[in-house]
Amino acid sequence: MEADAKPMKLGGRLCCVCNQRRAALKRPKTLEQICRECFYAVFEEEIHQVILENKLFKPGERIAIGASGGKDSTVLAYVLSELNRRHNYGLDLFLLSVDEGITGYRDDSLETVKRNELQYGLPLKIVSYKDLYGWTMDEIVKMIGLKNNCTFCGVFRRQALDRGAALLKVDKVATGHNADDIAETVLLNILRGDIARLSRCTSIITGEDGPIPRCKPFKYTYEKEIFMITLGCQSLNELSTYAYFKKLDYFSTECIYSPNAYRGFAREFIKDLERIRPRAILDIIKSGEDFRIATSTKMPEQGTCERCGYISSQKWCKACVLLEGLNRGLPKLGIGRNQGLNSDAKKDIKKDDRTKSIESKQCGSLEF
Amino acid sequence: MHLMLEFGGGLELLCESVKVHNVNVDMPKGADKLTMKDLLAWVRTNLIKERPEMFMKGESVRPGVLVLVNDCDWELSGQLDTTLEDKDVVVFISTLHGG
Ligand SMILES: [Zn+2]
Ligand SMILES: [Zn+2]
Ligand SMILES: [Zn+2]
Repeated sequence: MEADAKPMKLGGRLCCVCNQRRAALKRPKTLEQICRECFYAVFEEEIHQVILENKLFKPGERIAIGASGGKDSTVLAYVLSELNRRHNYGLDLFLLSVDEGITGYRDDSLETVKRNELQYGLPLKIVSYKDLYGWTMDEIVKMIGLKNNCTFCGVFRRQALDRGAALLKVDKVATGHNADDIAETVLLNILRGDIARLSRCTSIITGEDGPIPRCKPFKYTYEKEIFMITLGCQSLNELSTYAYFKKLDYFSTECIYSPNAYRGFAREFIKDLERIRPRAILDIIKSGEDFRIATSTKMPEQGTCERCGYISSQKWCKACVLLEGLNRGLPKLGIGRNQGLNSDAKKDIKKDDRTKSIESKQCGSLEF
Repeated sequence: MHLMLEFGGGLELLCESVKVHNVNVDMPKGADKLTMKDLLAWVRTNLIKERPEMFMKGESVRPGVLVLVNDCDWELSGQLDTTLEDKDVVVFISTLHGG
């Protein structure tokens, strides 16, 4: 871009904060040129400010960090334990992971999480599908076959995280969703015409009416910066290639077997925009925030599942319907419009018909 | 010109799972320097064995791929116009969802 400046490469330009060290990074948010040392300090301070301004935590709270072994949640575990110590948040922090039971898939990332447990001294809880549901994902796939509208991943994973959080008796779950993730979700909700989820997906705290609220301390943090943090930190840099490449951040509830192509396109589009105008990511989030749902849009009524007690707007929660199908050897049960089990309990929800069927809420459904 | 190239974030899988490549790259004919633009063309021809679209878009890297030259964000050194020198270290890391 600024061709004149390029002979400076070796000497480099100076950091705009300390004016002493060579700049190592151009911050996407501000276009500032900053050295590594100042960047770490600024990065952590910004997260601290986000936590304070949004009142994400209260002293004495127990907080589970949704830990996938990927870079976002690993950096989150690092930053939160650091800030908790430095600023005396008074939080009890835990790591919470989900093991879907997929041979050769989660092993590496669970190893990363176990290393985090030692490095940051945070107790780790791993909840497995096998324990929670009696089925591993491998067994489910054997039963239902691979198809591209899998409903299991999103439903089971979201619930597994909640159940793990309940076992840990935590007050809140913090996840590593970053600004890029949220901008992508805003776009996808627009593309799908899902205005109800559009404004919800930008909230920094969600589920305050549910059993366990979730929060996203990295809501305003660019993915690029999270990467730069991992690069500079030896322990973070050890993240396994596999977790990196597959980007197994399962709290996006992405399907493991058939990643959502639509989402991939939205991601790429956002990265294209970012290259032209880095602020685009924050602006998309802002747009999402400023959408206000017309009050006439009714949200589903929240009740609890008669079978397992999980929140549900139906008689049985989606996981229980899916499990019933699996256990009876009718894996299609609960998939599609004829929900059978819940048909007598259908609530009068004046919404697009699709929201009643699980099928519409496929893997990667767009809330966190 | 001798360079050390490092691939991460899954990009190494596009070059036979080798993360670090010590390579010799000649300057383009008639040129008196080697730029990142030249290097990318060279990498695509000589190192990338599969799915080049995961690595490049047009003549640059795919958006979402971070590039560091001697530990510095290449956005500070002029991206494609960055002039490389002997023994430079260039790192490519994908931040994108893999496939
Ligand atoms: Zn500095
Ligand atoms: Zn799935
Ligand atoms: Zn249930």
